[in-house]
Amino acid sequence: MLFGNKRLPSIEAGHYKNTAGSATQVMPIPARVSLSMSENIGAPCKVLVQKGDTVKVGQKIGDTDAFLSVPIHASVSGTVSSIETMRNAMGGMDTFVVIDSDGKQEMAEDLKPPVIEDQLGFINAMRESGLVGLGGAAFPTWVKLNPKNLIDVDTLIVNGAECEPFITSDHRTMLEDADNVIDGMLAVMKWLIAEDGYIAIEDNKQDAIEKFRELLKERGITNIRVFPLPARYPKGAERVLIEEITGKKCDAGVLPASLGLIVMNITSTAFVGQYLKDGIPLIKKRITVDGDAVKEAKNVMAPIGTSIKDIVDFCGGYAKEPKKILMGGPMMGRAVYSDRMTLIKNNNAILIFGEDQAFIPEESACINCGRCHEGCPFHLLPTAFADAYATRDAKRLKELQVMQCMECGSCSFVCPAHRPLAFINKLSKALVKEADSNGGK
Amino acid sequence: MAENNFHDGLTVSSSPHLVTTLDTRKTMICVLAALAPSAVMSAVFFGIYPVCLILGCMAFSALCEYLYDRIMKLQNTVKDCSSLVTGAILALTLPPTLPIWMAFIGCAVSIIIVKCLYGGLGKNIANPAIVGRIVLLLSFTTQMTTWQYTGFQSAAGIDGMTGPTPLGQLADGAFSSAPGLMDLLLGNKGGSLGETCIIAILAGGIFLIVSRIISPLIPCIYLGTVFVFAFIYYLAVPQEGAGALYMAVFHLLTGGAVFGAFFCATDYVTSPILKRGKVIYAIGCGFFTMVIRLFCSYPEGASFAILFMNIMTPLIDKYTTDSYYGVTKRAREEKKRAKEGEANG
Repeated sequence: MLFGNKRLPSIEAGHYKNTAGSATQVMPIPARVSLSMSENIGAPCKVLVQKGDTVKVGQKIGDTDAFLSVPIHASVSGTVSSIETMRNAMGGMDTFVVIDSDGKQEMAEDLKPPVIEDQLGFINAMRESGLVGLGGAAFPTWVKLNPKNLIDVDTLIVNGAECEPFITSDHRTMLEDADNVIDGMLAVMKWLIAEDGYIAIEDNKQDAIEKFRELLKERGITNIRVFPLPARYPKGAERVLIEEITGKKCDAGVLPASLGLIVMNITSTAFVGQYLKDGIPLIKKRITVDGDAVKEAKNVMAPIGTSIKDIVDFCGGYAKEPKKILMGGPMMGRAVYSDRMTLIKNNNAILIFGEDQAFIPEESACINCGRCHEGCPFHLLPTAFADAYATRDAKRLKELQVMQCMECGSCSFVCPAHRPLAFINKLSKALVKEADSNGGK
Repeated sequence: MAENNFHDGLTVSSSPHLVTTLDTRKTMICVLAALAPSAVMSAVFFGIYPVCLILGCMAFSALCEYLYDRIMKLQNTVKDCSSLVTGAILALTLPPTLPIWMAFIGCAVSIIIVKCLYGGLGKNIANPAIVGRIVLLLSFTTQMTTWQYTGFQSAAGIDGMTGPTPLGQLADGAFSSAPGLMDLLLGNKGGSLGETCIIAILAGGIFLIVSRIISPLIPCIYLGTVFVFAFIYYLAVPQEGAGALYMAVFHLLTGGAVFGAFFCATDYVTSPILKRGKVIYAIGCGFFTMVIRLFCSYPEGASFAILFMNIMTPLIDKYTTDSYYGVTKRAREEKKRAKEGEANG
């Protein structure tokens, strides 16, 4: 309102959607890619290639027998120049397969559209595709599509809300790849025997809403509906989305499947549609490149494993000295320490902030205004968490339901004292987990 | 690992990387802007001295905070403008003829004792301006209850320079000479600097609500409680020459209730954080305001009522936060589930 936004829900996410009108540009194949062996929640992959091996596009270079995992495929053709352990964007250590590209992009011979006869075949195909939740969580899609209570699942929600500021890659997917979204949805709904489908889109993307409505009408599909959401943050968060659409409360730790729902990101869904047609695994990603320190803000289709530096160079280079580089959006994305970090599957934006945009004002005293509470989608009370965390009181934190926090950052955003509340919530959750694992009560 | 070159100068911090442009300072400046209409109207009614009183109080309050920070070697917090707000609110609750040195004593009490000694902004347990006013009221009772007629009343031929406030008249049983409702609304009556012109207060209050600095919850419930309480009381104990409805409106429009409801009771620091707590708090403010007005020896009770509820706030917060987001309900459900699990297992 008068001085910016009082509550986070009143953010018009469209405010920063500078790249919404920029059609995706396919980036030239970089000279070198580094592929992380842990691109999903769960177990990291074992490397299947050796230094000096020749690899082709789509060739499996990493896999594991562990349950929560997906294989990793080469995103370029060329030679494996090294296999090294490096620090990843999350701050942990990872094995990376570095491939020097030969620029030919030769496809692996065994890539062909999957032949699917039953639900198990569909799940297997999803695993082979290397798909993880592309909205950010990187949860292996085949695990999500294989819930224990398959019989209860009756609704598929496809999340095209894209409530994070700046990011428009899902928006571009919806405009450029709408048919694949619907094909992907139909496939998932067919094999999971779900009757209803929803495509949730924030109402600042009217063109996408119109496009899907027309397309569904054209193709005579009646059991998929477009569900416009208010363009506010964080409407695209899974648990918020579920409550918006179905009215069902989804607490932290509750799988949507147990409520009869499957929620998929729109880009993931589009990939499913595409994969069933051509059998090419997940080797490239549409990302939004924006921020005041990059020359040309635009949407880029880049191979997985491309370094941020290469992507920025494709976007005209740095406009000024970068002060913060984000993987993901400004609300939940991660600040990385180097532009040598490489693109991972669940990354949907790279934001390069200069001094002005990276500026976070100094923290001052809490004035008890309650905005953090009013801005919290789950009505939590971050100031109480902060008080309890100050004394490391895990029991109290648990009582206050800190584990319900999804770290959306709304509380930190609205705080007029600029307290790092979301950060304290993360620390508090870690504290509670630690206390739980120690058997403490 | 050394092989990773840290890019010089890149900030690595926890999300979110985007924050609101609203800060404490802007909030306080908004409140000051909202107080401006009342200050202007006090000048219209009482002349130039009130303006000096208001500006003097603001400056002196800021000076107190500056000196305290300096002497105690603390970070300078004057720039958040909260001391200016305290000074302005205190000045607006004073009678127009109060000597400025007395007002300065009030400012010093507000800032140094009530705010700074408790740990500065955000840590005080009571509204500094309210306590400052009460200390003055108890220390300089005569001067603090000497009410000047407005310039318009004097022009209208009411003799003498001073006279009681409408609430004072009511308490003294001299109700028949009380002003009409229109005069009450415009502020053409005796009273403190800022509390006379209801329209000016409302203008400021609505500005704060529209700019989302305060929520309408506390003022509306506070004033609603005052109205309902007065209406019921005067139904039971009829006032000679006036209906219960008139008396209820009269109680709304006189004294410090409206000013207190918009500018004192809504102070973030000393009001509960949750909505349900705010409701309890506001009802309490209204209830005790009327109890003091009707049954106690002070004609006006808004400041005492707000102070009382300020002190109750930690208690209200304690009991309301324990049940927010169904904490207790959730715990009960968890217990139930555990029992069921045992039964099934």
